[in-house]
Amino acid sequence: MIAMNDMLWIMPAAPFAGFLVLALAGSRLPRKWIAAVGAGSVGLSMFAALFAGCSFMSAPPGMHAYVQVLRTWIDVAGFSPKIAFYLDPLSVIMVLVMTVVGFLIHLYSAGFMRDDEGYARFFAYMNLFVGSMLTLVLAEDLLLLYLGWEGVGLCSYLLIGFWYKDEVNGYAARKAFVVTRVGDTAFAIGLFLLYSNLGTLQIQELMYRAGQQWAPGSVLAVAAAALLLGGAVGKSAQLPLQTWLPDAMAGPTPVSALIHAATMVTAGVYLIARTHVLFTLAPAVQAAVAVIGAATLLLAGFSALVQSDLKRVLAYSTISQIGYMFLALGVGAWSAAIFHFMTHAFFKALLFLGAGMVIISLHEEHNMFKMGGLRTQLPLVYRTFVIGALSLSALPLLTAGFYSKDLILWEVWSSKSGGPLLWAAGLAGALLTSLYSFRMVFITFFGEAKTKAGGKPGMSMSVPVVILAVLSVAGGFVEVPVHFFTGFLAPAFPPVQSANKAAGEIILQIIAGIVSVSGIVLAWFLFLRSPHYDKTLSQSGFGSLVHRLWFAGWGFDRLYDVLIIKPFLWAAKVNRDDFIDLIYLGVVWTSAGINRFLTFTQSGKVRWYVTGVAIGAIVILGIVVLL
Amino acid sequence: MILIWFILLPLAGGVAAWLTGRRYPLLSRCVALLALILTFGHALSLWVRSTGIAWTGNGDGHRAWLYDVHYEWIPQLGISFHLAIDGLSLLLLLLSAFLGIMSVAASWTEIRDRTGFFHLQLLLVLTGINGVFLAMDLFVFYFFWELMLVPMYFLIDLWGHENRHYAAVKFFIFTQVSGLLMLIAILGLYFMHGAATGLYTFDYMELLRFQMKGSASLWLMLGFFIAFAVKLPVVGVHTWLPDAHTEAPTAGSVILAGLLLKTGAYGLLRFVIPLFPAASRDFAQVAMILAVAGILYGAVMAFGQTDLKRLVAYTSVSHMGFVLLGIYAGNMLSMQGAVMQIICHGVSTGALFIIVGALQERIHTRDMSRMGGLWSTVPRMGAVTLFFALASLGLPGLGNFIAEFLVLLGTYPADKIIAAIASTGFIGAAVYSLWIVQRVFHGAGNRAASERDGRPTDFSFREMAVMGVMMLVLLWLGLYPQAVFDIAKHPVESIRFTYAPGDNR
Repeated sequence: MIAMNDMLWIMPAAPFAGFLVLALAGSRLPRKWIAAVGAGSVGLSMFAALFAGCSFMSAPPGMHAYVQVLRTWIDVAGFSPKIAFYLDPLSVIMVLVMTVVGFLIHLYSAGFMRDDEGYARFFAYMNLFVGSMLTLVLAEDLLLLYLGWEGVGLCSYLLIGFWYKDEVNGYAARKAFVVTRVGDTAFAIGLFLLYSNLGTLQIQELMYRAGQQWAPGSVLAVAAAALLLGGAVGKSAQLPLQTWLPDAMAGPTPVSALIHAATMVTAGVYLIARTHVLFTLAPAVQAAVAVIGAATLLLAGFSALVQSDLKRVLAYSTISQIGYMFLALGVGAWSAAIFHFMTHAFFKALLFLGAGMVIISLHEEHNMFKMGGLRTQLPLVYRTFVIGALSLSALPLLTAGFYSKDLILWEVWSSKSGGPLLWAAGLAGALLTSLYSFRMVFITFFGEAKTKAGGKPGMSMSVPVVILAVLSVAGGFVEVPVHFFTGFLAPAFPPVQSANKAAGEIILQIIAGIVSVSGIVLAWFLFLRSPHYDKTLSQSGFGSLVHRLWFAGWGFDRLYDVLIIKPFLWAAKVNRDDFIDLIYLGVVWTSAGINRFLTFTQSGKVRWYVTGVAIGAIVILGIVVLL
Repeated sequence: MILIWFILLPLAGGVAAWLTGRRYPLLSRCVALLALILTFGHALSLWVRSTGIAWTGNGDGHRAWLYDVHYEWIPQLGISFHLAIDGLSLLLLLLSAFLGIMSVAASWTEIRDRTGFFHLQLLLVLTGINGVFLAMDLFVFYFFWELMLVPMYFLIDLWGHENRHYAAVKFFIFTQVSGLLMLIAILGLYFMHGAATGLYTFDYMELLRFQMKGSASLWLMLGFFIAFAVKLPVVGVHTWLPDAHTEAPTAGSVILAGLLLKTGAYGLLRFVIPLFPAASRDFAQVAMILAVAGILYGAVMAFGQTDLKRLVAYTSVSHMGFVLLGIYAGNMLSMQGAVMQIICHGVSTGALFIIVGALQERIHTRDMSRMGGLWSTVPRMGAVTLFFALASLGLPGLGNFIAEFLVLLGTYPADKIIAAIASTGFIGAAVYSLWIVQRVFHGAGNRAASERDGRPTDFSFREMAVMGVMMLVLLWLGLYPQAVFDIAKHPVESIRFTYAPGDNR
């Protein structure tokens, strides 16, 4: 048996190596090689992850974790963060999802980006992303986690702005980076607080010390959890830092699938789950997590309902689904959140890849209202897309999305810190979800064809999509009927604090199922059978106001523009020449003025000089006599 | 002799370059390069040897000098030619030789006029800077301090850009006035020490033992502080910097940002805090507030600029704020962070100035509104700029992150609010750094800049070599920073000990 402890490094190292090769020699490699290096390196870490996962399940290690310490990164005055990897059940799930979905999307990209001039650059960035993401989830130390955290943010920036010739993409990229950096800064301050008070940043030790030294609800615990939440909210595009994600769709579609749906945006969920001890110690913050999740899932759900850009629907949907994960984290349903992360990664990646095939075959058309009738033109895309949409809408019994969402709703209902109100928000969100999902399906794939589809997608694009479609259905059965998934995660998390153990899960499941199906039916009615209802509604006075508000994501962009961006730009512009320099210019002008005055006295006229001497003499004599 | 080499090599190299420059400009460049490579090699060999030396002193107030040479000069006045280095000086000497090599290599094609004289001035500045890092006698220190200025003035005034006379005079007056304040403070210290002990001396190590009390020490401390604050620069006395950096030729900007500013930081660490620990403690709050103001003000100012070089110049105000903050927060974490920032900022900002210089050489403008879309014509340049922009915004994995993170980590226990406000500098840095990449390399191509001179050429092999070395250094410092912390440990420990003896952090 090979010691897993010594092999963890392979997972992040393989994509990093791929990045180095592509960054240094990419311009000289033929395209086949580029794709081979790009996808191959991720494939390698996928095999490493699968191997690690299998050996984990067959023989769970002591303390339920593999640890590999590579070396000490820094050692200054007792601050000695290590470059070390930690693989416990939580990170097993994370790396498996990341490498499998990542590998499939790399395969897909080999076809999708075929004609792009930045082929090598694309795969270099993608590999850098996967390496950073794996570093993030494997890091044993918060400082190393922060390295991965910033690394994925960088790759997100690079890939959103991948097509750099368009200013709009550059703007979206910078917006994503800067907005998430606001959260990252809160995260960094949280690290300072944690280290200053607990003396380490090593995650397991930190959690242990926090539990020992901080009383539940103590100020430090609340502050630390709140600061980490700030970071999580930024990365995971939750209120109030969600504004960057819809614009992030400017990047190539595989990027949206991998980074802005399946993996990076769930980093905040991972962070909270990883430091769940802190959040348990800060009940107020944990409650805030739940409320933020509930509010975000509703707001984003409404926005998804009125978008016309196919990818923006999916973007708002992602924000909304991560809202569910936050809701679950907020009520202590840690495993449920991770379960939904996994199923969401499958079906959302599937939906994005499907959208990518639609967009590419319609020659970069993003507007759903110019699509239509694609059911017959792109049958494979249609079938897989519907599977993804069904899973997103949580179609009962069959789809993975149902099992994960249902688990969240049940635990929100029954948890001590949950309750009917949060549950109702989740249920309302479920209705919205199936409504907007099938609005998207009906508008895009049904009705009359408005644009003729180009060529059919090749094998490298179809195969990943089919695999993801299978996973979007089968992924749920890891939990039902035998509770394998939550059982596997059990060593990593405390059980849900259940207040309401009375039977009723079945009743709630039935309600959720009815809601999900009725959303689909309602979508069919509103957007396919009698679209004029939707039209009249959105054209009425109040309706159009609401429509515009939802369309613009509830006006957060405008609010930040007025409150922050405009004043900042103004301050930068108005003071371009640095008012402080005026002080020194003043000195210059004063001395120049005195100089001019004094040169004036040097007139060469003897009379003036004599008068001056006389007055001077009188003044001096006067002073001498008087004093 | 070991220490004298640091002064003799650049001095002799400069003179030789000057003599050969008239006939053979290429030879002159090679001579200058060779002299600096020898200096660098010498510093490197001292570093290697230092790892075997048994260090004395462990936070008990004793200094650990690697080498210490002492020649009588004017004994009647208590002046001696006293040079010594510890780990801190050695790091700075390494940085000086390194950036010297980089700036000679970067000016290879830029300077075609009076090549020999240019290299003489360049190496004279480096001689002065090395002297500053070596001198352990305040009189000698002041001599080298002034020696840096004059050749720097000529570098700006003779080989600078459009507004060079104004910038050169402004630079000179700012540093000269503040230098005079320091001279007064040095004399004050000399006479007060003499009056108290009967021993009139300029020797640093003698003066260290003299613990002054009362308001006099505050005033003398301020005399030193202002001189170093102008160099650093601290916000409020920084306005010479954007002009001087912008107008100087590339090599001048690299030396200014990479080394001259560092002499200010070095002065604070070497003189202000050890000589006036009590007064510095009283002053710490003010200094830290100034530091945070500089971090934020520099970031906003940088973003507002339209001249690319001016933008980079203002980022120095922001980044050097972290150095000031780290020094005055006064614990091992923050001070080690400050030392790290000194080095990393030198490399990353130096590199940015080299890039701006290379751009200006190609498209003859520094105005960002006339750039844009250059990535497709000069992809290597774009990628390199992106790298250094990321270093500047503090991306983990590169040295600047380690430095700024440690400064803030150390500042937090000293003052939570200040640490939190300073952290928002991360956001500002992201805004202006990405703005550079956007304005210059992204977007649609801008005809005004590219058409007039045809397509600009990408980085040559020479330029890529310079940039590649600098990138490797930043990566090394970001992933394996321990070597720097190890050598800086003892000097920083003893400085911290005089500053805050009780605190063991």
